[in-house]
Amino acid sequence: MSGVKFKTRIRLTFSYLMLVILSVAALYPAIWILFSSLRPGKSLYSKTFIPETFTMEHYRALFYDNTLLFPTWWLNTFKIALFSMILGVFLTLLTSYAVSRFRFKARKTTMSGLLVLGMFPGFMSMIAIYLLLKEFDLLDTHMALIMVYAAGAPLGGTLIAKGFLDTIPRSLDEAARIDGASNFGIFWRIILPLSRPMITYMALTQFVGPWVDFIFARLILRTKEKWTVAVGMWDMVNSNQNTNFTTFAAGAVLISIPIMILFFFLQKLLVEGLTAGASKG
Amino acid sequence: MQRHHTRAATILSTLFMGLGQIYNRQFIKGFIFLIVEALSLTYFIEKLGRAFWGIVTLGTTSQHFEKVKGIAKLVKGDHSIFILIQSLITIIFFVLFLIAWYMNIRDAYKNGAARDAGQTPGTFKQSIRYILDYKFAQTFLILPSVGILLFTVMPIIFMVMLAFTNYSAPNHMPPAKLVDWVGFETFHNLVALKSWSHTFYGVLTWTIIWAILSTVTTYFGGMLVAMLISQQGVRFKGIWRAILIVPYAIPQMISLLLMRNLFNGQFGPINQYLKFFGLGGLPWLTDPFWAKVTVIVVNMWVGIPVSMLLIMGVLTTIPRDMYEAAEVDGATNYQKFRIITLPMVLFSTAPTLIAQFAGNINNFNAIFLLTGGSPVNGDYQYAGSTDLLVTWLYKLTLDQNKYNMASAIGIIIFLIVATFSIYNYRRTKSFQEEDMIQ
Repeated sequence: MSGVKFKTRIRLTFSYLMLVILSVAALYPAIWILFSSLRPGKSLYSKTFIPETFTMEHYRALFYDNTLLFPTWWLNTFKIALFSMILGVFLTLLTSYAVSRFRFKARKTTMSGLLVLGMFPGFMSMIAIYLLLKEFDLLDTHMALIMVYAAGAPLGGTLIAKGFLDTIPRSLDEAARIDGASNFGIFWRIILPLSRPMITYMALTQFVGPWVDFIFARLILRTKEKWTVAVGMWDMVNSNQNTNFTTFAAGAVLISIPIMILFFFLQKLLVEGLTAGASKG
Repeated sequence: MQRHHTRAATILSTLFMGLGQIYNRQFIKGFIFLIVEALSLTYFIEKLGRAFWGIVTLGTTSQHFEKVKGIAKLVKGDHSIFILIQSLITIIFFVLFLIAWYMNIRDAYKNGAARDAGQTPGTFKQSIRYILDYKFAQTFLILPSVGILLFTVMPIIFMVMLAFTNYSAPNHMPPAKLVDWVGFETFHNLVALKSWSHTFYGVLTWTIIWAILSTVTTYFGGMLVAMLISQQGVRFKGIWRAILIVPYAIPQMISLLLMRNLFNGQFGPINQYLKFFGLGGLPWLTDPFWAKVTVIVVNMWVGIPVSMLLIMGVLTTIPRDMYEAAEVDGATNYQKFRIITLPMVLFSTAPTLIAQFAGNINNFNAIFLLTGGSPVNGDYQYAGSTDLLVTWLYKLTLDQNKYNMASAIGIIIFLIVATFSIYNYRRTKSFQEEDMIQ
């Protein structure tokens, strides 16, 4: 008996050690940029890891320096991310529910098609989308970005979501059908509640997308007032040849924090597979 | 044998959408079809002829000077690229229209036949009911399809077409010059012309190595971390998870730009620490080999949390009683992992794994933001040592305006990835035996 206990202790000690090392690796860059944003001066490099003096001037500059427009960019990005998330998740759910639960003629073709299209290098179609939006007079609008992001969502998400929906037992649907539920009723009352972890996952990735993306954003948004944070930040580093690194760091911290809060707020949903319980009960 | 209604309805609907339905006394449906055709006709009368002309010729008048009363005046020519895209949009609408037309005829035929058999065609309500009960999946797919058609399929067709033109700087840039169809010339240059093929094969090799390494490292790294946290006896699971998600929560654009500074050979903290411990600094981003190592390592930092989250999610869905049964049988931890955990995780995540592989072949951000493709490779045509096919494509598009070459590369990337992935995807259990879990 004590041999087993000893083994377990060794295993746990080793695991904790690994976890500590991994945690340091995960946190180090984040802390470094946080300290950089609080360090006086503009330079990238520092002698010490923890700054000798702390300053908030870079954060102040973000909000009061009229050449930066940081608050505007932030709101723009939030708006775009929110709407493209709602629309994108909705579209992805439609496709994944259709291919997971129904057997129709073009089903396998649809799935292979989604897979194939999803693999096309996204911005290879950049010029085409640019010209298309120009044709519909949508250049330099947030609407265009929302449409592009949301329309692309099913390509990336459908097969993952389908894999998840497949694990929701079919017996639940059938029981509901016997009770007289319609297709739409089943989708709304059974599939959606059980897919919460999946939906959360999709919503997060969809929401994060616009914050990260600057390729399309830079292409479509022409005026500085309409930029997203990504374009603005990119410009900040690029136009100044890195001389304003600390302000960039402050901006980076401000962008990362809301996304991180969202993550930690919702992460429980991500891992708690509700389906396991449902199939047992 | 009376086939009167069938023939009449079919002919009427062929002549003008909706007439057959109205003849079959399905008035609401008939009027919807009628309106569709009327709107389409007004659109196509104006555009269709020009669309076909445009796609064949890509414009005929180039920009030139004309003498008007002795003064040279610039005359605007055809803009080949705008003509191409306008024509393409019109033709796609036309194809959609033809599909609607075909469906309208088939519908009229069916209902006509039903009338001949002595039945009354359904009311509008019944049609809707039928669609909701039996064509539900297709109805659900309409909206996503429109989006995909407009923002993915259409641009892809457009880019494929560009690969067969000579749309490139400096000699064929509209509006100053016209663009022509050149057939397979671009592809031929890419694989056979020494200056291009050397770069192409070099970049291709690195792209494949990168895709394999980055997928494997992040996936199994993520699995390792997920299992570390979720094993029995580890406390504070929530906190560990929260800490290890941090890299994912930071926008990639920022974390990669940040890493670029961390790994800076001269002043970056990584090298500062190495020097502190008496080791020489490494040329992380300036040496071709080390730059490759760096992008793989940094990609692990960015990518492991995603795999971790995904695999943790799957781990919680594995029924506990499977492990309990294994324990009763006296299975060791390793056996439990190999027989229960690994197959279940692989089953649920196989499509993701493939998507990740494809994503890594096209992982623009990781390369572009971190190294920008550098260090420069003198042998290469507009590409650096860490450039993937995609970043090369990007450079060819935005910096060099070699649109035709970029499109050709895009098609090749696509062919490689698509062949591999479809083959692989069809072999995975989740495609073949998707009804395994009931």
